Amino acid sequence: MGADQLLQYLLSGVTTGSVYAIVGIGFNIIYSSTGIINFAQGEFLMLGGMISVSLSHSMPLAAAIAIAVIVTGLVGVLLQLAFISWLKNPAVLRMIIITIGLSILVREASLHIWDEKVRALPFWSGNETSSLAVLGARISPQVLWVLGVSALMVGALTLFFRHTLTGRAMRACASNATAARLCGIRTSSLVTLSFFIAAAMGALAGCAVSPLTQTQYDMGTSLAVKGFTCAVLGGLGNVTAAVAAGLLVGVLEAASISVLPLAYKDVVALAIMLAILFFRPEGLFGSRAASE
Amino acid sequence: MKRYAPVLLLAAVVVAVQLLLGAVKSEFLLTQLTMSAYYTLVALGLCLLMGYAGQVSLGHAGFFAIGGYTTAVLSTAAAAAFSFAPWLSLPAAVAATAVVAFVIGVPVLRLRGHYLAMATLAFGFIVSRVILGTALFGQADGISDVPGIRLFAGLVLTGKRNLRVQNYYIAWTLVTVGLLFAVNLIGSRVGRALRAIHGNEEAAAAMGIDVGRYKLAVFVLSAVYAGVGGACLVHFNAGIGPGEAGVMKSVRYVALVAAGGMGSPGGTVAVSAVLTFLSLRGAFGLYDDAVFGALLVGIMLFAPDGLFGLVPALRGRR
Amino acid sequence: MRRRTIFTLVLALGAILAVPSFAADPIRIGAIFAVTGPAANLGLPESRTLQMLVDDANASGGILGRQIELIVKDSQGNAEKAVSFAKQLVEESQVLAIIGPTTSGESMALKGYADQNEQILISCAAAATIVNPVAKWVFKVPQMDSFAAQAIFTTMKKLGLARIGVVVSNTGFGQGGKAQLEKLAPQNGITVAITEVYDSTATDLTAVLAKVKAQDVQAVVNWSVEPAQSLVPKNMRQMGFDVPLFQSHGFGNIAFVTAAGRAAEGIIFPAGRLLVADVLPASHPQKKVLTAYKKAYEGKFREDVSTFGGHAYDAFLILTEGIRKAGGTDKFKVRDSIEGLKGVIGTAGVFNFSPEDHNGLTMDSFEMLTVKNGQFALYP
Repeated sequence: MGADQLLQYLLSGVTTGSVYAIVGIGFNIIYSSTGIINFAQGEFLMLGGMISVSLSHSMPLAAAIAIAVIVTGLVGVLLQLAFISWLKNPAVLRMIIITIGLSILVREASLHIWDEKVRALPFWSGNETSSLAVLGARISPQVLWVLGVSALMVGALTLFFRHTLTGRAMRACASNATAARLCGIRTSSLVTLSFFIAAAMGALAGCAVSPLTQTQYDMGTSLAVKGFTCAVLGGLGNVTAAVAAGLLVGVLEAASISVLPLAYKDVVALAIMLAILFFRPEGLFGSRAASE
Repeated sequence: MKRYAPVLLLAAVVVAVQLLLGAVKSEFLLTQLTMSAYYTLVALGLCLLMGYAGQVSLGHAGFFAIGGYTTAVLSTAAAAAFSFAPWLSLPAAVAATAVVAFVIGVPVLRLRGHYLAMATLAFGFIVSRVILGTALFGQADGISDVPGIRLFAGLVLTGKRNLRVQNYYIAWTLVTVGLLFAVNLIGSRVGRALRAIHGNEEAAAAMGIDVGRYKLAVFVLSAVYAGVGGACLVHFNAGIGPGEAGVMKSVRYVALVAAGGMGSPGGTVAVSAVLTFLSLRGAFGLYDDAVFGALLVGIMLFAPDGLFGLVPALRGRR
Repeated sequence: MRRRTIFTLVLALGAILAVPSFAADPIRIGAIFAVTGPAANLGLPESRTLQMLVDDANASGGILGRQIELIVKDSQGNAEKAVSFAKQLVEESQVLAIIGPTTSGESMALKGYADQNEQILISCAAAATIVNPVAKWVFKVPQMDSFAAQAIFTTMKKLGLARIGVVVSNTGFGQGGKAQLEKLAPQNGITVAITEVYDSTATDLTAVLAKVKAQDVQAVVNWSVEPAQSLVPKNMRQMGFDVPLFQSHGFGNIAFVTAAGRAAEGIIFPAGRLLVADVLPASHPQKKVLTAYKKAYEGKFREDVSTFGGHAYDAFLILTEGIRKAGGTDKFKVRDSIEGLKGVIGTAGVFNFSPEDHNGLTMDSFEMLTVKNGQFALYP
């Protein structure tokens, strides 16, 4: 296998991996503020793509994306307020089932609002045939957009958590909600905010990736599974580790087709997930305590 | 004696329905009732797992598929090997399901909460992918032209029109027996151990209950229920497709158990029989998946113990 | 007094019960389509087309003076649902025939049942195994994938292409295509250097195509019926993989071209003439049928026609022709007359059935098309 082919796999893996990473980060944000695994995370990418495509027919692309991101963020808030916020100390099993049910409802609603057809946002720069040379492999410029947007979001999030009052409050909330409340932090608003951020980020990633992967009403489920794999691989709750985990999973998946039959490509990510869960549930970068 | 009430009720209803349908010349409804019986078996097994062992499984459709595909392959492609006793493919299918459940149960059941949920989801996905990628399993087209199986006493497990009533009773007898077994299990020492485990694993272990062994046993048992359902349905439908292992199917089973009440096998049977029957008749039209999604959300929000819940399965953080 | 009241009531009741027997019985037709679920982009146009045709037929007096009652079931592409609905339609609704199912897997699940229970089944799925071996009661209307493969190879020979790569999706349609391509390639002097089966829900095929590219192929054939058909051309161009791309007859929907944008230019594929109905010469036997259907469908549903909807059209056409020819709805007579239909002009081609041929189409039914300026055009 030549260096060019290897590089092509690498680039392909990094592209899909960064999308997985964003989903994983979304999982982490919500998990750290509420302890809930939000199975509907993948649907936010789908919504971002779908809404922006619908809007893009009647307004400039940037505006369509901005509105789609905000609307999806609000959908996330709505889901949290309507279905999750008023539950008192729900059991883990109950929450899992609720979020699965919510992801199904969002998906089916999307099917009936938009129908089953596949849609794609216009390329942010260039078009479907644009091709950039990167050291011997060729990629679409959209790939750079995806990587750039992902990096930007991760950077902004890190700054937010480390250097803003709200961000630090959210982290306090995550490590000990009672203590946080005792300090006067409004935990319930922060939970709502975390849903907004997770949903909005997902939507932006969905818009970035839509020209490449196309958007369809049922794309959320497998993204959720892969995203969860990354979240767990990096250690649940560890935002930045999810990025590394995402890239790793993406690249392993892409490279796997050179040795395994292609039919088993999706199994790779699942096998990684199972291996991590069985042997090191705290993830590559987490600590034992966090996994309880 | 009171605990057997659901079993007797079920048996009575089963017979009554058949007689009634025969009287009003609507025996064609027996077809979907028979199919829903086999799906109900899966839900019943899952009820034991979720309600009494407190373990969630988002991949139970995988066991249904393993049971189904095993008997399908043995009855078609590998039929020559079993020509002396075709009915052996049924126990073979059940055995295969039990073995797989045992093998994956050991590592999977060490997990809890979200991790367990995701691991079982991954299992279901993997089964689905393996089926889609393997020529022996017919890949995307599934396996068709599966013959009926001649059982004892002249009974034949098949979808043939003229043997409808017979197959209806075969299916629902299996469910009734399954329910009887479940009810017995719950009322026995094993059941009490399970409830202790569900309530608090550490406390149960401290009291000397071999938590790991019990969880594994229930996991395998629930898988066997699913495998039996799958194996029998394959012969009734004369075939099977890869959709049976899908995520949506697994989620449906969970929805049915949650709605019926995780602590109530009788409730699970009732809800599953009705909803599956309606779904198979297309009563939900284009909203089939949405109905189950709404069911999940609605039940979990407003009636987490299910419609017939007897055991407060989900109250409070564990 | 009371006796008279009773007598009047009985008379009235008798009259009410007697009336339906004077009105002509409707002709009941069942349909099983994958209206939602993964095959929805095939099943939805099929369902709409059939509904539209039935409504139109009923508006103009029905068939043989009888109204048509259509019962459509959504199987979501699931074989077990298809089986359940088939039994429901046959045993409960007592339909004359079943149109559908949409996918090959479901059709194979129903083939045995339809044949054993002597029910007419007109499938809209592509697999050759549906009519090969022939089952007395089972017909199919889409063209044979073997013809599509051969049409592709004939064009390749003209272009001097000898070494190709094949990528297919893991659906029944894709697998069927793979089998035909691999079987017919040697006879046409073409080497298939590499074959890869990708998942139908795949969203990025650059890695697979990189593998294909490394084999130094002169052309790529993609055989699938999902949106991946738009991904392959885009990924290829983005990777700088500029060899000719051939698609299967599953590409027959302008939505795929729109989704692929400029990357779709120059794709070559075999298809029924429905997609180029407007540019057919007026003398072409299919012109009238095609333009009429196109106008009706696009006018009613405000979306472009696809060849999938065309299959439902053809199935309905065959069935109604069979009923007319048989002069009634005796299922044995209708089946026999369908088997004997000749020269029926449908959207996929001109049908000529026989006891050995339950598909009725030949290689002629395919036209090689290409994409020019975002539109379908005849090739070359």
